[in-house]
Amino acid sequence: MIVPYYHVIILAAMLFALGMFCTLARRNLIMILLGVEIMLNAAALAFVGAALQWQQMEGQAVVLFVLAVAAAEVSVGLALMVSIYRRSGSLDPDVRLTPAGKGAE
Amino acid sequence: MTLFAILFYAMAALVLLSTALAATRRNMVHAVLCLVVSFFGTAMLFYLLGAPFLAALEIIIYAGAIMVLFLFIIMMIRTDRQPDKIFTTGRLIAAGSICAVFLFALVGLTLEHPGGRDLLMAAQASPAEFGFYVFKYQWLSIEIVSMLLLVALIGALLLGLKLRRRSTDA
Repeated sequence: MIVPYYHVIILAAMLFALGMFCTLARRNLIMILLGVEIMLNAAALAFVGAALQWQQMEGQAVVLFVLAVAAAEVSVGLALMVSIYRRSGSLDPDVRLTPAGKGAE
Repeated sequence: MTLFAILFYAMAALVLLSTALAATRRNMVHAVLCLVVSFFGTAMLFYLLGAPFLAALEIIIYAGAIMVLFLFIIMMIRTDRQPDKIFTTGRLIAAGSICAVFLFALVGLTLEHPGGRDLLMAAQASPAEFGFYVFKYQWLSIEIVSMLLLVALIGALLLGLKLRRRSTDA
């Protein structure tokens, strides 16, 4: 006897929208990656709610895989960010990469 | 209104507030710290929704490992010259409208659907049950995920190695 299921879904939707806003609007590659994390977390919340609604364990198992995918994504993504920063000297997604190493906008 | 419900709504408000703060902070360290608070709240929500093992994993992996990795990288990169505005106006309008449409559609669909109005039954999957379930029925996915983590490890290592070689060349 907790809360209605649709409250959980609406909460997850609001979190997902916040993450989407962070991903789309920010001008910093690290913040964009952070927005992706927020979205993954919101999806995980919806899955846990669904697992409780239908009393099935699959939803919780999916969250385990979401966590693993988030960890893999972050490790490769942040390595890429560091590489981009070394090449262009900036984390602005609008900056152009040049093969010479010194990026110019 | 039971104690569970009160806790749920309090945690939901905390999570939404700290996530909104994180999405709009100019200082990236502040954003990451706000997000750590948000993940602690989400872990509490997982516990309330009957997943204590996932709540522990959320704190250990998300708040512990992933956010600390973000902090490491932010402190390593140390961008002194930030863009003077964190949003450009055009992008702010575009992103805001996309998110508003998304939220409107999803909330509308959820409210339209008659199922899910009744209260959730409180139930809990103990870590032992969860582990038995995962390794009995989802073992193939577990193997695939472990391969994925190995690939990510090698990929990150390769990117780092390339980086070092280039900086010693220069």
